[in-house]
Amino acid sequence: MDKKNYSINEVVCPFCGLLCDDLVIENKNQQLSVKQNGCVKAKANFEKKPVEASPQIKGKSATLDDSINAVAKILKKSHTPLLSGLGTDAEGIRQLMQLGDNTGAVIDHMHSDALMRNNLVLQDLGWITTTMAEIKNRADLVIFAGTDATQHARFFERVIWNEHALFNKRFERDIVYIGENLNTKPGKSPLGRRPTVFNCKNEAITEVVSALHAMIAGEKFKHEDIVGIKLSKLEKLVEQMKSAKYGVIVWSPADLNFPHAELTIQSICEMIKYLTRTTRFAGFSLGGNDGATTANSICAWQSGYPLRVNFNKGYPDYDPDRYSSSNVLKNKEVDSLVWVSSFSDEHQPPKASIPTIVLAPPTTRLNFTPDVFIPVSTPGVDHSGQLFRTDSVVALPLKQCRSSSLASVGAVIEQVIARI
Amino acid sequence: MYIKLSNGKVYDPVHGINGEQRDIYIRDGQITRKPSSNTKIDKVYDLNGKIIMAGAIDIHTHIGGGKVNIARMMLPEDHQADLVSRTELTRSGCGNAAPSTLTTGYRYAEMGYTACFEPAMLPSNARQSHMEMADTPMVDKGAYAMLGSDDFFLRMLSSKKDQAAISDYVGWTINASKAMGIKVVNPGGISAFKFNQRQLDLDEQNSHYGVSPREILLSLIRAVTELGIPHPLHVHGCNLGVPGNVETTLDTIKAVEGMRMHMTHVQFHSYGTEGDKKFSSGAAEIAEAINKNPNVSVDVGQILFNQTVTASGDSLHQYAGHWHAHPKKWVIMDIECDAGCGVVPFKYRDKNFVNALQWAIGLELFLLVEDPWRIFLTTDHPNGAPFTSYPHLIRLLMDKSFRNDMLSTINKEAAKTSTLGSIDREYSLYEIAIMTRAAPARSLGLKSRGHLGSGAIADITVYTEQKNKEKMFSTPDYVFKDGELIVKNGKIVKVVNGGTHILKPEFDKGIEKSLKRYFDDFQTVSLGNYKMHDDEIIEDGRGKVIVQPCM
Repeated sequence: MDKKNYSINEVVCPFCGLLCDDLVIENKNQQLSVKQNGCVKAKANFEKKPVEASPQIKGKSATLDDSINAVAKILKKSHTPLLSGLGTDAEGIRQLMQLGDNTGAVIDHMHSDALMRNNLVLQDLGWITTTMAEIKNRADLVIFAGTDATQHARFFERVIWNEHALFNKRFERDIVYIGENLNTKPGKSPLGRRPTVFNCKNEAITEVVSALHAMIAGEKFKHEDIVGIKLSKLEKLVEQMKSAKYGVIVWSPADLNFPHAELTIQSICEMIKYLTRTTRFAGFSLGGNDGATTANSICAWQSGYPLRVNFNKGYPDYDPDRYSSSNVLKNKEVDSLVWVSSFSDEHQPPKASIPTIVLAPPTTRLNFTPDVFIPVSTPGVDHSGQLFRTDSVVALPLKQCRSSSLASVGAVIEQVIARI
Repeated sequence: MYIKLSNGKVYDPVHGINGEQRDIYIRDGQITRKPSSNTKIDKVYDLNGKIIMAGAIDIHTHIGGGKVNIARMMLPEDHQADLVSRTELTRSGCGNAAPSTLTTGYRYAEMGYTACFEPAMLPSNARQSHMEMADTPMVDKGAYAMLGSDDFFLRMLSSKKDQAAISDYVGWTINASKAMGIKVVNPGGISAFKFNQRQLDLDEQNSHYGVSPREILLSLIRAVTELGIPHPLHVHGCNLGVPGNVETTLDTIKAVEGMRMHMTHVQFHSYGTEGDKKFSSGAAEIAEAINKNPNVSVDVGQILFNQTVTASGDSLHQYAGHWHAHPKKWVIMDIECDAGCGVVPFKYRDKNFVNALQWAIGLELFLLVEDPWRIFLTTDHPNGAPFTSYPHLIRLLMDKSFRNDMLSTINKEAAKTSTLGSIDREYSLYEIAIMTRAAPARSLGLKSRGHLGSGAIADITVYTEQKNKEKMFSTPDYVFKDGELIVKNGKIVKVVNGGTHILKPEFDKGIEKSLKRYFDDFQTVSLGNYKMHDDEIIEDGRGKVIVQPCM
């Protein structure tokens, strides 16, 4: 990487859970630009000006060494730290898990509310799911429930309106939307076929899905409509689902943002199971931004449990409700906070009147002065690493696209561990 | 630095040593010849009367990868009763059937195991498998890449591509996924399930590709042979768990026409349909076929009575089995035009006719297969039982009166129909050393493991001989890994990482041309990013790559 200008192929974009890995990034004197295949989000993040910054202790510039000492000092005194945010790569999470184990901390991710909605369904009745390549090559019916997938800008380009498929005719899929305020434009096929749209409040999706499930199971309805959707329209969808060869229902737990949305996801998953008695159907969850899938997976294999775990008793104690960051802060169960967000400078740590340590990009504008701020490099931009895709099957290698004087989360936490 | 293990009773079947008193010398992590008499011995362990074996090797245990992690996430109730606190040396963890990776490594070492092989690594999930294995300390690891239901292979086979090209693809896959062998799971059946087929016998065709499990099996065996992969094709056959599958299993043995094959968890493939319940033991027929076919090796996949979780790549049969889930939750996944998986928790009950007979069938197989070099001790962890039940299983094999006591407690009808009570055979320590050390090492091509000769890696386990073999094998006195003492009196005294065994078979790189086209058109990751690099295993000093030679 000594050359002044060069481009890098097959770059994995770490800025959303899809991990598109076909980006071509050009490096001109350390200024990156996305030359091919990046979405708006990728461009905005890769093309940020590289910033050098020094760590700060209580708002004053300090050396990295002193800052790490300051972190170690806070954590040594702390009875129960909260390690939250967790926006980092596999190595960062592994180090944070070790730190959490050593210090008896609570571990939680910034997107855990969404993760929990899925985890609860998995732990209650389970599900049938699929991955991106199966959707791309097989799905003849894709139903979007409560999401339009536009937060993941290239989802349609990559796996819905893809040019080539092993088992499907080009551009021939039926697209259905159920939910509210959805941008259904991407659902129109390049050949002009429009999607079917069922408008209802996201909270009412369970009702629609339960009615569909009952109809599939042979129940007769006397109602004229279900939450304002004509029964005849639903009956048509039932026939479509029953005759699909490989149907997929896509949800995004972050978009189902209301109390007990896990029950909505579960109703979807139970209908999928029922359909699988006669045909093939599968679910697909969209999310996994800021390393959420990576954190959930690694927490599971290292501690035994998915997120939210408390190590304070010496062993992992799992409680997805009690150990949310907001809860443990509100209940004063923690007495120090380590906030990690290395992919984005836009996330603010939760408000807390306890010693606070922030590891984030140097461009982060905090609305308070933490006890220690350590500017960190971004995985997949400033250093290499590994990250999980939203389907929690595919993990991809992140590349270093430019040199950076900033330390990685993994390297900082490793040193903190050594000094405690 | 020299270490001397003095005066132990050595069981080293590779060298025909059967309980003779010997001294063993270790230098720089390896076993070495007796040094000259003026050499300084730095440390002497007086092992008078103790039993010495090589470190044990588990040839088939689901320890790392997507489906095990789904099992962990799905089953907090499995973990809550089995919590492991951190110590000065070791990390915390939990879990019985699906323990955390660190706990898995510690428990294996504390039982005297020094190597474990993950049998079902999906190439598309290889990075996760390797991350989990790297986070499994104490033991060496390795994995078999799963092929046979992946669309690239099925396209090649159905379009009658040359065997040479298929072999190149298999060789490419081993290199790309950092594997130690090739496994096929329900050949073509995982793909068939995606096309809504619900069963697939040896000569039935995948409805889309028009190829049969027999063709898939033969093609993969030829590839493994041509590439010189030491471990024969690791075969999870058709019709897992289906009553009457004994015929399929016998046909599968015939189908390979004398070529080498390893049939895994054969207990689940040895079921007849006799009797009122239409479920009977096929163990005698299967054992006879194994005895007659020296090209075939097996591991058993013994079931033991308790709550566990079944985790398999065989999505077709896991879906069929979900009706028996206990507790009532289950996961099926279709994965990346590569394979699939199914995770179904299950409780084996000793008073249940089918479960009790499954238990007896596994033991019948162990006792009726004559050559311990071709039958390995497994529970298909966690499918038949967690690996922590191995000492109990060893006792069942070594102690006839204990076995018969257990037999008298199971479902009476099952006990009556089984021939188990009439089998007198008791395994000797020498035979246990074969089936848990020497034979798996030989099968995997690990020339410097599984024995105690000069030049071997000093992976060594020391036991105190006891009448109760369960106790004996639960708590070794000492375990050495690469010459370092890591376990004393069944407890970890030093944490090591262990390495990862891989192969780098040669193949014609021309195959990457068609792979590149396929990946660009149909896959969702690029060919370059699909491939793993050694650095990803070594990264941050966590792992080490051990490249084993091909034949």
